[in-house]
Amino acid sequence: MLLNIKYFGLLSEITGCHEEAIDFNGSTLYELMDLVFEKYPELERKDFQLAHNNEIVSGDMKLINNEIAFLPPFSGG
Amino acid sequence: MNRYSRHIQLSEVGSKGQDQISNAKVLVVGAGGLGCPVLQYLVAAGVGTLGIIDFDVVEESNLQRQVLFGTSSLGANKAIAAKKRLEDLNPTITIIAYQARLTSTNALELFKDYDLIVDGTDNFATRYLINDASILCDKPFVYGAIYKFEGQVSVFNYNNGPSYRCLFPTLPNVTSAINCSEIGVLGVLPGIIGTMMANEVLKMILGFEQVLSGKLLCYSSRTAETTILKINKVQSNFDTTLIQKELALDQYEDDFCGDPNMEISSEDLVQLGDVQFIDVREHHELPKFELENCVQIPLATLNKNIDKLDLTKPLVVFCQTGIRSLKAVEQLRQRNTNTSFSLKGGVQTLIEELNIKT
Repeated sequence: MLLNIKYFGLLSEITGCHEEAIDFNGSTLYELMDLVFEKYPELERKDFQLAHNNEIVSGDMKLINNEIAFLPPFSGG
Repeated sequence: MNRYSRHIQLSEVGSKGQDQISNAKVLVVGAGGLGCPVLQYLVAAGVGTLGIIDFDVVEESNLQRQVLFGTSSLGANKAIAAKKRLEDLNPTITIIAYQARLTSTNALELFKDYDLIVDGTDNFATRYLINDASILCDKPFVYGAIYKFEGQVSVFNYNNGPSYRCLFPTLPNVTSAINCSEIGVLGVLPGIIGTMMANEVLKMILGFEQVLSGKLLCYSSRTAETTILKINKVQSNFDTTLIQKELALDQYEDDFCGDPNMEISSEDLVQLGDVQFIDVREHHELPKFELENCVQIPLATLNKNIDKLDLTKPLVVFCQTGIRSLKAVEQLRQRNTNTSFSLKGGVQTLIEELNIKT
C-alpha cells in the first residue's frame, strides 16, 4: 500500500522533505517505523509521536488509513 | 463602555461576556515571543486580573519578535517591562508582575489564584511543570510552542480533556532537546501562534463550545498549512500521586545542553564490556533492580562518594530519564576521573534494552 507520510519540525530536516509517499507492505505502525528508520537512521534517536488519519496513536496500532504523520515536540517560545 | 464597545456589539459576547472577561484571572508564564502577543490581546480585551511571570531580562535579539518591548526596555526584567507597557494599554485592569522563575516549589501556590494558565515558555522542563501543576490545581492551560517556521497550539486539562502528557508522555531525551542553541525564528510566527493562544483563552472565558481541547493545531508559516490532530485522553497521565511525587522530586530541571560525547546508547554500552554502573537516583526511587557492579549514589552526594567507585573500569551513570546522569558525568569529568558516560534514556534503557529484571 502506498502511504502518505508527513514529517513535522526538525524531523523534516532529517528526511529532507515535509511529505513523501512510501510503499509499505506491513500492517502496524511499528513496522512502518522500522522501514522509515532504515531510510533515515537519525530519526530513531528523536522523540516524536505518530498520527494516523490525523489522530495521535501508539505504535502497535494497525494501519487502516494511508495518512501518517511524524510529530516531534516543540519547545520554542 | 467605549473601550469594549466592539466586543459588546458581538451578540456572542455582549455585556455579559465582557463582564466574564473582566472577572477572569489569567496567569501568563513567560513574557517572550509567545507571551507578548498573548499579553497584549488579553490586556486589550480587558481580562480583569493578569499575572506575568518571567525571570529573564530583555535583550536586543528579543526585539525582532517580542513586540511589547522597545529599546528603552533593554536590560529590564521582562515581567516588569511588560507590566509597564501594558498598564498604558489598559489602566483599568490589574496586572501583577512576578520577577521569578516558575519552579516546582512556587507553581502550585501561584496557580491557585488564577482561573487559567498560559504556557508561553521556551523549554520542555517548564512545559511539563506547567502541565503537572495544572493537573494538581485542576486548572486548564493554553499551550503554544514553535520551531523555526512551525507552531503548535492546544488547550490542555480543560473540562476533563487530555493533558500535554497525553500528547508527549515524558520529557524528551537530551539529544532531541533542540532548545540548547539559539534557533532562528521569523518574528511573526510567535505573533501568529501567541495570538491563537489568546483567542483560545477568550473562548474559554466566554464559554464558547469549540475550544481547542483534545486537538493539536499545527501551523506552518511557510505554506500557511494548518493540520489539526486529535489527541485522546490517557487517564494514567492524570495519576496525581505520580505527579505529586515528580513535583516533590523537582524533576523539572532546566533543559541541559549536553555534549553528545557524554552520552552512551545501549548498543555502545555493550561494546564497553565490564563497567562500573552508578545509579544517581534517590534511594526511594523506583524501579529497583539487581545489577552487577552497580552502586547507588544520589546525585547530590556524588562528589563525596567517589571512593566507592571502581575507577579501573569505565563509569556508566544512569538516572530516571538521563538528565541527572548527564550532570553527574559533567561532575565526574571535572574531577578527571577515567572514562565516564551518561546512559541515554535512563532506567528504561536498562530494563528494555538490557533485559534487567525489576
